[in-house]
Amino acid sequence: MSLLRTIKVAWEGLALHKGRSLLTTLGVIIGVAAVIVMLAVSAGAEAEIADQINTLGANLILVQPDYGRGGFGKDSGDRYGLSYGDVQAIAENVAGIHGVSAEQNTTQDVRGGDVTLTEISIVGTTPGFPAVREYQVASGRFLTQEDADQANRVAVLGAGIAGELFGGEAALGQRIKIGTTRFTVVGIMEEKGVVGNTDFDGRVYIPITVVFERFVAAKFGRDAVWLIYVSAADRADLGGVIAEVTALLNRRYDIDPAENAFTMMTQDSIIDAAASTTESFRNLLAWVAAVSLMVGGIGIMNIMLVSVTERTGEIGLRQALGARPRDVQLQFLFEAIILSLLGGLVGVFAGIGGSYLFGQLGTMRTEIVPLSIPVAFGAAALVGIFFGYYPAVKAAQLDPIEALRRD
Amino acid sequence: MADYLIELTGLSRVYGRGDVAVHALRRVDLRIERGEFLAVMGPSGSGKSTLMNLLGCLDRPTAGRYLLGGEDISRLSRNALAGVRNRKIGFVFQSYKLLPRLTALKNVLLPLLYNRSEPLSEAECRERAAAALESVGLAGRVQHRPNELSGGEQQRVAIARALVNRPAILLADEPTGNLDTQSGGGIMDLLHRLHRDGATIVMVTHDPEVAAHAGRVIHLRDGLVERDDGNGKQGVAS
Ligand SMILES: Nc1ncnc2c1ncn2[C@@H]1O[C@H](COP(=O)(O)OP(=O)(O)O)[C@@H](O)[C@H]1O
Ligand SMILES: [Mg+2]
Repeated sequence: MSLLRTIKVAWEGLALHKGRSLLTTLGVIIGVAAVIVMLAVSAGAEAEIADQINTLGANLILVQPDYGRGGFGKDSGDRYGLSYGDVQAIAENVAGIHGVSAEQNTTQDVRGGDVTLTEISIVGTTPGFPAVREYQVASGRFLTQEDADQANRVAVLGAGIAGELFGGEAALGQRIKIGTTRFTVVGIMEEKGVVGNTDFDGRVYIPITVVFERFVAAKFGRDAVWLIYVSAADRADLGGVIAEVTALLNRRYDIDPAENAFTMMTQDSIIDAAASTTESFRNLLAWVAAVSLMVGGIGIMNIMLVSVTERTGEIGLRQALGARPRDVQLQFLFEAIILSLLGGLVGVFAGIGGSYLFGQLGTMRTEIVPLSIPVAFGAAALVGIFFGYYPAVKAAQLDPIEALRRD
Repeated sequence: MADYLIELTGLSRVYGRGDVAVHALRRVDLRIERGEFLAVMGPSGSGKSTLMNLLGCLDRPTAGRYLLGGEDISRLSRNALAGVRNRKIGFVFQSYKLLPRLTALKNVLLPLLYNRSEPLSEAECRERAAAALESVGLAGRVQHRPNELSGGEQQRVAIARALVNRPAILLADEPTGNLDTQSGGGIMDLLHRLHRDGATIVMVTHDPEVAAHAGRVIHLRDGLVERDDGNGKQGVAS
């Protein structure tokens, strides 16, 4: 029998058992959909991280104490928590830097006009912040050195906060209350949107010294900063700047350099770290998907074996009418392959739909990986061939007389 | 040398081995000419079906030689046997053995799908199958499924299926065994007509009246040909 005819016979064989055929493919549908959804989830996570990292700028270094070594704060006895003085010291002593800034943050309710916004991120920072984060004011001005030195009660609003409190530009010059402290709005930042986990527009920027004084003194003391930004003037000099900053901090705190007390993160180092975590994440997902495809394949094998048993009479008859063992084997093999391809096709649509739905409903970002579609589909075909082979061989080995008798 | 379609020489078939061995056929010699209508009779268990399976190339003899149209069948591979079944043998079973979900036409079409020596196009296949159904008087039942047909009609479909590849021989194992007298009579009339038109037929039956339709009757007992009223020579005797 020609291959085309064999495929047609296999197709008709399946059409005669529609209900069962559909049930059989369920495993493959789920397996293929799982491959696509999982890759979409992992690609989404990766894109999310990449977006987040790319906003840092290539020349930026994030300086933090190694938090893994213990607490950071007044009571922890931590001798190398960073301090406000470090910012000044870095600015004065390290060559080849474009800007320095720092953050010490708090979360407070913000009231302005008749509106109260709860649990807003308050970023205590320094005049260098717009330069290092490449993030500018849209109107008014940013915090000045004088604001920092005198701990002026002035605030620069994220675009979203300005809109919510005062409908936008009108915010300039208005009085707001952060916690129990009154501030004057001196600037509004440009719109930046949500990047990574950070809603830039939903934050309020105030002098870091005010945060020390009004919000974190009891907890962390009056000069503790949790993060220092250093941006290098030249990307090529990044390594040199890191070395100098590290040496300076070690000197200031009298730390043995071998202790590696500080972490210096750059966009590149974060990307490397993220790549290795997303890779292991993706490997895990690949295994999950492979296992579900496998389960689907075993389902197909199971049903094909049942089918061979149930249709023994048919097989015997076909043999009596001239089907060679090969013809029988190919018929059942093609039935399995068609089943898994159909399952694969439905699975592709389910996977695309599922990825889309996940992205819409959850907080998870999904990005369909185009390559995952042919890969999943191909995997389904392989599953059909692999798991259809044994039942097909069993069918082909049936003795025609025995098979004819069982009816 | 006479032109025998079938020559069995010392044909034996033993099921199992040793103590449990069943000698279903014991060194049977049998010759069948082209155009003969042979009825095989004998008590249950005498080896009739075993003989039919061997004639039909569904099984291979334990010993002896089977020449079909001069070709030694006993030595062929499973694949080659399938080809012989397809082209030279037409089977009719007691229980019709139609595929229940296929129409009469598709059932009749099956042997054509496996015909590799003379592959026909889709349209030619349909034409041949429809013609075969018409020749057994079922022109109006082409699109019916087996459960929409009477027993007699189902057996006619089976006969059409057996004929569609224009086989050298038609083998029928108790073709009227499941039918009432009237439908059985119809089937016998049909076989008769096919025989008159030149078909070679071997048919197993329990019914002497049915056997009387045949030109030659052989009786099996315990795997041996006990009586052969045509003695392997007689031609048509209707
Ligand atoms: N597959 C088999 N295995 C073992 N014994 C068998 C098998 N088929 C038939 N026999 C035995 O061979 C003998 C002849 O059987 P069979 O040809 O079916 O007889 P009939 O068709 O004349 O009733 C019987 O004794 C039967 O039990
Ligand atoms: Mg029998």
